[in-house]
Amino acid sequence: MNLAKIFISAFLIDNIVLMRFIALCPFIGMSVDVPKSFGMGLAVTFVMVMATIVTWPLYHFVLIPLNIGFLQILVFILVIATLVQLVEFFLKKQVPSLYGSMGIYLPLITTNCAILAVTFDNITRGFNLVESVVYAVGVAAGFLLSMVLLAGIRERVRTSPIPEFLKGTPMLFAATSLLAVAFMGFAGLVK
Amino acid sequence: MKRLFALFVKGLVAENPLLMLMIGLCSALAVTTSVENAIGMGLAMTFVIVFAELVISLFRNLIPNSVRIPTFIIVIAAFTTIIDLSMKAYFPELSKAMGVFIPLIVVNCIIMGRVEAFASKEKPVDAVVDALGMGLGYTWVLVGIAAFRELLGNGTLLSAQIMPEAYQPILFFTLPPGGFLVFALFISFNIWLKRVMDRADRAPVKEAA
Repeated sequence: MNLAKIFISAFLIDNIVLMRFIALCPFIGMSVDVPKSFGMGLAVTFVMVMATIVTWPLYHFVLIPLNIGFLQILVFILVIATLVQLVEFFLKKQVPSLYGSMGIYLPLITTNCAILAVTFDNITRGFNLVESVVYAVGVAAGFLLSMVLLAGIRERVRTSPIPEFLKGTPMLFAATSLLAVAFMGFAGLVK
Repeated sequence: MKRLFALFVKGLVAENPLLMLMIGLCSALAVTTSVENAIGMGLAMTFVIVFAELVISLFRNLIPNSVRIPTFIIVIAAFTTIIDLSMKAYFPELSKAMGVFIPLIVVNCIIMGRVEAFASKEKPVDAVVDALGMGLGYTWVLVGIAAFRELLGNGTLLSAQIMPEAYQPILFFTLPPGGFLVFALFISFNIWLKRVMDRADRAPVKEAA
């Protein structure tokens, strides 16, 4: 039950993009069309779960016993960057078909703040490893959902008449604002 | 001197990292529910970008090209850790209000972008001026958005009551959707500002010709 609660609140109520403003850069930059944003979302999900599985034990079994918790930021970002590189090499060699569909997004993910934010959240919220992974999947699913939604809206907006002062990027943020209003409706879902 | 000034001003409007380049957005919207947070975040960010650009510019000829990205990340992460721990020690409440967004300065694309595109090629003085321009360009937008949101959403500025007693705060502006909407208006405003400035720049040239 508790796990379901963590998942739903990460997925819908505390949606990482619309409610917490994290990972806005890829959200705005990559949501050009639906297939592209779907690929990006899958790649993020994959890396987010991997990063959680690696950083959680690292923090609790290495940094804390050695009393070097202050190196958290430095260690986590390096681990994530290395991990992304390894995943890229591995996919290129072993699963070329998957690499073709999400490979180009992988380098971009190193500086995706959502990944780093999730690994920090896992520590500050005191999750255990299973809860951390569920949380990571929930956050990633929320990212994927909001990105695909925005991509859909963008495809419609392209052919719609919009006021002169909102043309271009301002329109994107106005649309995101309305999307966020819709997501606020989920607020009462979990007590 | 004039060249340095132009370098500085560029970051404020024409190449404003938030409004024109659309990078480093996350923290800009999350911490702008109050002016106090916005100032704190702006200064923290300016601190990190100034020192990161300075250090990397000083060492630009020593860093091998193939490992430059990891090197940049380590430098940026070191300064972020410094500011994170100092804020926790001296401004615990401010630090708590911003939560995860201080550590997230590490992956703020503004810093990485400027370090890669500018500091790794230019002299230290230029790099610091560029960093100050970018940092202040970031800060003014943050404070502007925050002033708008705090005034309308809470009726206060820097926690001082501004609006008359009878004013009913529009809660919408302190909530996330309000942040997105205000940001949309700010981009729109900056596009207009840049157009006006371009026109002012071009006018005297025409007369001379």
